[in-house]
Amino acid sequence: MKNILILGAGTAGSMMANKLSRVLDKKEWKITVVDPASTHYYQPGFLFIPFGKYSRKDVVKPTEKLLPRSVELIKSEVETLFPGENKVVLKDGKSLAYDYLIIATGARLAPEETTGLLGPLWQKDIFEFYTLEGALALADRLKNFNGGKLVMSIVDMPFKCPVAPIEFVCLADDYFKKRGIRDKVEIYYVTPLSGAFTKPIAARMLNQVMQERNIHIISDFYIEHIDNENKKLVSYDEREVPFDLLTIVPLNKGADFVGRSKIGDELNFIPVDKHTLQMPQYPNIFVLGDAAAIPTSKAGSVAHFAGEILFENILHIIEGKAPAEKFDGHSNCYIEVGQGKASLIDFNYDTEPLPGTYPVAGIGPFKLLDVTRINHWGKLAFRWIYWYFLVKGRALPVSAHMSMKGKKVVS
Amino acid sequence: MAEKIVAGRTIQVNEEGYMTNPSEWTREIAAELAKEEGITLTDKHYAVLEFIREKALAGETLTIRKIGTSGIVDMKEFYQLFPGGPLKLASKLAGIPKPTSCV
Ligand SMILES: Cc1cc2nc3c(=O)[nH]c(=O)nc-3n(C[C@H](O)[C@H](O)[C@H](O)COP(=O)(O)OP(=O)(O)OC[C@H]3O[C@@H](n4cnc5c(N)ncnc54)[C@H](O)[C@@H]3O)c2cc1C
Repeated sequence: MKNILILGAGTAGSMMANKLSRVLDKKEWKITVVDPASTHYYQPGFLFIPFGKYSRKDVVKPTEKLLPRSVELIKSEVETLFPGENKVVLKDGKSLAYDYLIIATGARLAPEETTGLLGPLWQKDIFEFYTLEGALALADRLKNFNGGKLVMSIVDMPFKCPVAPIEFVCLADDYFKKRGIRDKVEIYYVTPLSGAFTKPIAARMLNQVMQERNIHIISDFYIEHIDNENKKLVSYDEREVPFDLLTIVPLNKGADFVGRSKIGDELNFIPVDKHTLQMPQYPNIFVLGDAAAIPTSKAGSVAHFAGEILFENILHIIEGKAPAEKFDGHSNCYIEVGQGKASLIDFNYDTEPLPGTYPVAGIGPFKLLDVTRINHWGKLAFRWIYWYFLVKGRALPVSAHMSMKGKKVVS
Repeated sequence: MAEKIVAGRTIQVNEEGYMTNPSEWTREIAAELAKEEGITLTDKHYAVLEFIREKALAGETLTIRKIGTSGIVDMKEFYQLFPGGPLKLASKLAGIPKPTSCV
């Protein structure tokens, strides 16, 4: 009997468990998944919770229900990985051996890393929406917010779903308009980047979207601390941004066991070969999803596209062959901009987001880098696709590799 | 792309003034480029520049936090040494491409 061990039962881990269990012979292979959480979250849905559009029931399912019966789920936390010994030790002291290991422990929030973030205003006037509890608390606070400065800020790169804060301010604009108090609210978007986004062509589009909504961008702002008493953000170069209500994306870090096992970078993300997702020193260890330090977005779509490639490659590798396919960094994100519309970007390691149509060249139905109603329906449909196809590891009619078909090359 | 003569040597730079061939870099070039930015390089500056070059040439993505946890400087000092956009400025003086965030 050989063992495939998967750490984490989030988007990436569940998807791989489902895919592999479907094709591997159960007499030869045992698949084990480790995750302490009993709930699986549809994280993209957290965005809609502060505005009362989604509630808890829309974004949760029991972890167990999303995994195949033949897979053993161990509800515990990984304490340490000993890659040289092919061994994982759990918090309860139990140790697990593996032939192949898939690390899919994602990214977690580390608000403790920013001075003043967990101060007296935390959960009173300072919120985050990257966890379900945080998003629900923010929904309550927004209901009672009747005017003033709303500041959305980002502590550092990289963070998961890099467009979510942009979507948040656009939806906030909508929300206050509907409540008839938009003229009483100033909205600020404060980022450590030099603009709304890193890739120039998409940045232009997003800057325009924000300008049209009267959202002020404050760029190159790297938060040093949060002054709770005077309600302001202070940067390393001593600039200040006052706020009445602050929504923040705290520092994102990989799981703590990564640090303890000395396999990660300074943020506990794990460097891997960007095409095969293999750890260079340990070719039987793969890192999928947000846990990996690769130069593309931390997004469910990336976990999905990379997972398709990894699945093919693992089937080759266990037969003693070389990995067959290369992941190209393909990422694909719907961007809600409010007013019932959304944009869509599609890019990879080498090609920045370009205008055009997706997934079918010339037809769409989705429009890249454009703001349309149908893109918005795409975003909403994604929840259904997520639960029934993506996490279940079922094939979707889109290519894992990015395609230039349907894209217009512009500069 | 353009050529520029700095500290008596010809270097290749892009339209924003970043060197495009890291192997053309010398400490003297860094000193001169720093002067253009109004900075006089100290040993501490050089220690940061060398750390950045080592990491960048090994293919690692650099962040302000990575430099702030390098043990050479903390983030506050990094901002003081290279005011404004410290990572961009330090990369320019270290002769490596402008850092891009991968999104
Ligand atoms: C607000 C928000 C909006 C988003 N919007 C989008 C979007 O529109 N489109 C998109 O593509 N993506 C979006 N994302 C990103 C997407 O949700 C993530 O990229 C994706 O879920 C990553 O999957 P993962 O499996 O790597 O990590 P996760 O799904 O986070 O799973 C990690 C799992 O590992 C477990 N774990 C952690 N530590 C340990 C340990 N020590 N031992 C065992 N288990 C452990 C956790 O309990 C968790 O179940 C969004 C995210 C957020 C927060």
